[in-house]
Amino acid sequence: MTGLNFVGAGLIVIGAGLGIGKIGGSAMDAIARQPEASGKIQTAMLIAAALIEGIGFAALFAA
Amino acid sequence: MSTTKQTFEIYSLKKYRKYILVLKYNSIHLHKILETKNYKCKMFKKTLFFISLITLFFTVKTTAQHDQTKEHEVTHVTPQDTHSTEHSTKKLSFKDQIKADINHHLLDSHSFDFTHDKENHKYYGFPLPVILWDNGIHFFMSSKLKHGEDVAESNGNYYKLYHSKIYKTDAQGTINYEEGAKYPSNISPLDFSITKSVFMIMLVGLLMFLLFGGLAKSYKSNGMIAKGAGRFFEPIILYVRDEIAIPNIGQKHYKKYMSFLLTVFFFIWFLNLLGLTPLGVNVTGNFTVTAALAIMVYLITTFTAKKDYWMHILWMPGVPVILRPVLALIELLGTIIKPFSLMIRLYANIMAGHVVLMSIIGLMFIFKSWIGSPLSFGLAFLLSLLELLVAALQAYIFTMLSALYFGAASEEHEHEEAH
Repeated sequence: MTGLNFVGAGLIVIGAGLGIGKIGGSAMDAIARQPEASGKIQTAMLIAAALIEGIGFAALFAA
Repeated sequence: MSTTKQTFEIYSLKKYRKYILVLKYNSIHLHKILETKNYKCKMFKKTLFFISLITLFFTVKTTAQHDQTKEHEVTHVTPQDTHSTEHSTKKLSFKDQIKADINHHLLDSHSFDFTHDKENHKYYGFPLPVILWDNGIHFFMSSKLKHGEDVAESNGNYYKLYHSKIYKTDAQGTINYEEGAKYPSNISPLDFSITKSVFMIMLVGLLMFLLFGGLAKSYKSNGMIAKGAGRFFEPIILYVRDEIAIPNIGQKHYKKYMSFLLTVFFFIWFLNLLGLTPLGVNVTGNFTVTAALAIMVYLITTFTAKKDYWMHILWMPGVPVILRPVLALIELLGTIIKPFSLMIRLYANIMAGHVVLMSIIGLMFIFKSWIGSPLSFGLAFLLSLLELLVAALQAYIFTMLSALYFGAASEEHEHEEAH
């Protein structure tokens, strides 16, 4: 089972993609509800996305 | 003392107000200009110039690599030299050549090479000093190492560059391998040399010093508004202060940390941008550089932390006493893991971006068809645009998270038992 490294890498990407997608989706909903807060929501969305991507990359190195 | 502080606050606010007035005047003026055709023409020319500059930039990057591979196919094999190790100058396959070029862009090296031609032993660039500590300081220029093909002699010791690392050898330059080991068993001395990354860090530091020092000094003679290039940086500095520092650290203590936050933001941003140029410098995509930045963040949070910070980590109020030691251990680990994640995030983002970009450019030479190469070029171009965004974003994220940690360290509030 030498190729399991790549299966792990694929799983990591799925996890990160789902997480960031969910955040992006709820950010869209929030902006739709209250367009004047879009600046703050955008900032928070970027921060959360960067954090999740950090975990993703850290795990990608282990795999 | 408090009156001077007060006057300083009013003084800085005054500067801010003037800036807003200037902005209002400019925007009104701009509106009138927008209606004239002259402005549209100028704007169009400016955007055209900018786009052509970007494409020229990236074509230069790709042609620099293209020249090497072209010459590789034309020239014949050079004779092997007597100090031959495993990687002597025999004809490399195409894929290995591309891998070597990618490594040249991603890894650090002891001399600053803009481009090289391994087959003809031609290197365009300049050598950097090599400083070794091996029972005494050895100092020589890296041209003595001759890019890994010759043995450098210094004070009776012989050193050879092998796979970008300096090893101590004998006069013949033999590299010894133990049985089945991955790395040679020669000793390698402590390496303090000025490599490419160190040189770029010093250069960027000098650039930032001159740039922002000049900007700060110019305020006096310009009546408290920024002129010229300062007009680009002032909103960014104010953004770092008003959107990153003050919300996270609080109005009382943010001034202590402002210098570090500003430095780190511009340092990472400029280094990321320089990594995208054809120079082949990849400073932030290097574990050690990001580790140094993360260590500095850790030291600052540890040594400027208030009592409340340690209370929250070690003996948190509002938690049953039995659980407190367990949570204290986890929180202590957390203090180390947070800067560690800062390091990994910056390193991985930049390194991954460069690897993918270089691989796609290399793909352009593997697809020798009429459709594959332009498509790869287009993809490389789009990815480079994304990399520009990532450069600024990573700098912003690093600064924001550092501000968050500083804010957690320096916050003080009264709390009851049930927090």
